[in-house]
Amino acid sequence: MPPEISLPASLQDVEQVRSVRTPARLDYEFTAGEASSRFLKGITQKKIIGQRATPESRVYVPPRGADPELGATTPIEVEVAQVGTVTSFCMVNVAFYGSVMELPYTSALILLDGADLSIMHLIQEIPADEVRIGMRVEAVWRDDADIEPTLESIKWFRPNGEPDDPNVRIPGEDHGTGLGSWVGGVAPTEALIRNPRTGEGGQA
Amino acid sequence: MTEQDAGAILSAPLIIEYPFKRTTGPVIGAFLTGLREQVLVGSKAADGRVIVPPAEFDPVSGEDLTELVEVGPAGEITTWAWVTHPHEKHPLDQPFAWALIKPDGADTPMLGAVAADGIDALATGARVTPVWAEEREGHINDLTHWVLEAEGGAA
Amino acid sequence: MRDIAIISFAQTPAQRAVKEQNEVEMLMPAIHGALGQVDMTIDDIGFTCSGSTDYLAGVGFSFVSTLDGVGPWPPIQESHVEMDGAWALYEAWVKLQLGELDTALVYSYAKSSPGDLPMVLTRQLDPITVAPLWPDTVSLAALQARALLDSGRYTEEHFAEVAARSRKSALDNPNAQLAWDRPASDVLAEEYHVAPLRKSDCAPITDGAACIILAAGDVARSKVERPAWIRGIDHRVEPIHLGLRDLTVSESTRIAAEKAGVADGAVDVAEIHAPFSHQELILRDAIGLGEDVDVNPSGGALSGNPMMTAGLIRVGEVANRISNGTANRGVAHATSGPCLQQNLVTVLEGEN
Repeated sequence: MPPEISLPASLQDVEQVRSVRTPARLDYEFTAGEASSRFLKGITQKKIIGQRATPESRVYVPPRGADPELGATTPIEVEVAQVGTVTSFCMVNVAFYGSVMELPYTSALILLDGADLSIMHLIQEIPADEVRIGMRVEAVWRDDADIEPTLESIKWFRPNGEPDDPNVRIPGEDHGTGLGSWVGGVAPTEALIRNPRTGEGGQA
Repeated sequence: MTEQDAGAILSAPLIIEYPFKRTTGPVIGAFLTGLREQVLVGSKAADGRVIVPPAEFDPVSGEDLTELVEVGPAGEITTWAWVTHPHEKHPLDQPFAWALIKPDGADTPMLGAVAADGIDALATGARVTPVWAEEREGHINDLTHWVLEAEGGAA
Repeated sequence: MRDIAIISFAQTPAQRAVKEQNEVEMLMPAIHGALGQVDMTIDDIGFTCSGSTDYLAGVGFSFVSTLDGVGPWPPIQESHVEMDGAWALYEAWVKLQLGELDTALVYSYAKSSPGDLPMVLTRQLDPITVAPLWPDTVSLAALQARALLDSGRYTEEHFAEVAARSRKSALDNPNAQLAWDRPASDVLAEEYHVAPLRKSDCAPITDGAACIILAAGDVARSKVERPAWIRGIDHRVEPIHLGLRDLTVSESTRIAAEKAGVADGAVDVAEIHAPFSHQELILRDAIGLGEDVDVNPSGGALSGNPMMTAGLIRVGEVANRISNGTANRGVAHATSGPCLQQNLVTVLEGEN
């Protein structure tokens, strides 16, 4: 229990304030940096461009300029495919602030062919309850006149008609590192994770 | 995003808004209630000092402080700084002084904006009195600013 | 206590705005520089600790993505403080004192340029009774400067001397943002910015990053010829309400300096984190530095002040002077918060 407060006489018979609104607004001029700028400029040419540190290392899409496995810069640009595989998804039944989507809709992680990092995007042109892991999808772009340096220039992804991928590649599994995944149902302990810098450990 | 020039880095306006509604607790709640009622309230510390704005805890011993007392509302400037070019977020849009103001009967000063004709009108030790908003809701901005007593404030 | 030393320090040049890089892109040269100087990789590091605040660039949890710059896979032991990197260094020092690990990497960074820094920093003030007034950092520092003038201990001439001396010292610092050689009288001739402070009394707004590597005992000796040993380190905090503090002194610094053992020996060099000229005067007194001490040979924060980083840079600048033999014992100070609210003092020493 909070301690009893004694008020001065002038405030004893008035309603006490219990909460206060203190809205604050901060204005920034955000700069995208080099990697994101190159990615977004690729989008304006309807290309999806990732980056990697070495010819053998992972391809990150969208790139942030750093390879978290190697702790290195990612100077090599790689254009990846505009088709990929759904690695996970969720059905959204709740309206979020600012969302213009009709409910329900599906938001999915899509591993583009040639990339090692899934991007998150919408799945459309298929009933929401038919979306599944392993489904092959392709990017649907806005009209050329409406292409801008934003990932929203891809309106959504839709099924491309290819059969499902029965061996959904969770990013990292083929490297034996289990990035975020539990290989064979086992938690990724140090013994299971290959160190991508030294090549030690793991089940490469 | 807007492209500044060919080959350049992209940039875009980013606006962050925090729409906080905060629970005050009984001590700060009483302080804000006081502002709504045009009264300044401080808390009495274990050593007898009166702290404004009131604190829930003794700054020395950490014990609960429960006795709230009325102070001011007029007071004295303990230090000040003259703002030649007010920021749009500042409480006043003409050149003004920030000041730490010790209300009469209080032992610690509180921050406020002081309206004055110019830097020469200000001095440490000058007497000031609060100017209240016409519509008050229990918010620090209910006390819009302070004025020098000699310049039209209540003597 | 274990012997723990700074064995490597790297920083990016202090710049007003690093527009061409995101935070991790800006940070990586500091990390790679610090590791490369001592021929180490992240796999040689036992613990990683960083300092930053996401409010500066307005990108929530950006400290998580900047960790990518060190190569945190397989998962490394790491931590983050929303404080100057000097406090991250303190946490790393404590971690190494536990005796389980021998090396630590500490980094910090700030991109203040995207936002309105003096206003962004109002968010660290009391959220109900102070922050809604939007008192910017310069205004609050000016209140402190006026109180110091009123105390009779210092004058605006003293402020101007600190401002001029700092920028002159910075001429020898390739990483400085502001460096010039003009007399203090030129500073006094400037118009007030927020009276009694002039623009030259204030640190610039800076983007930048820094990285330090710590190592214990023989590991440190095996990596560098002359490690900069941490002989003492302590930090203290003062109340959030300015009205509860005597702004003309820095009691938290005084206690931290005493606990860190500043007075236990002669001090050759001191790097003081004073974003405003008058604060150097307050801090010199609080630390107890004599007239003979070389203060801020780098130019200090007045010559480049990346938020969350300028304190760590002070530690690195002292370490460099010990490692290169120009000093044997030095003091580094870091601050955070309005009007020197939080202060850290560390004493570094070479091996005789």
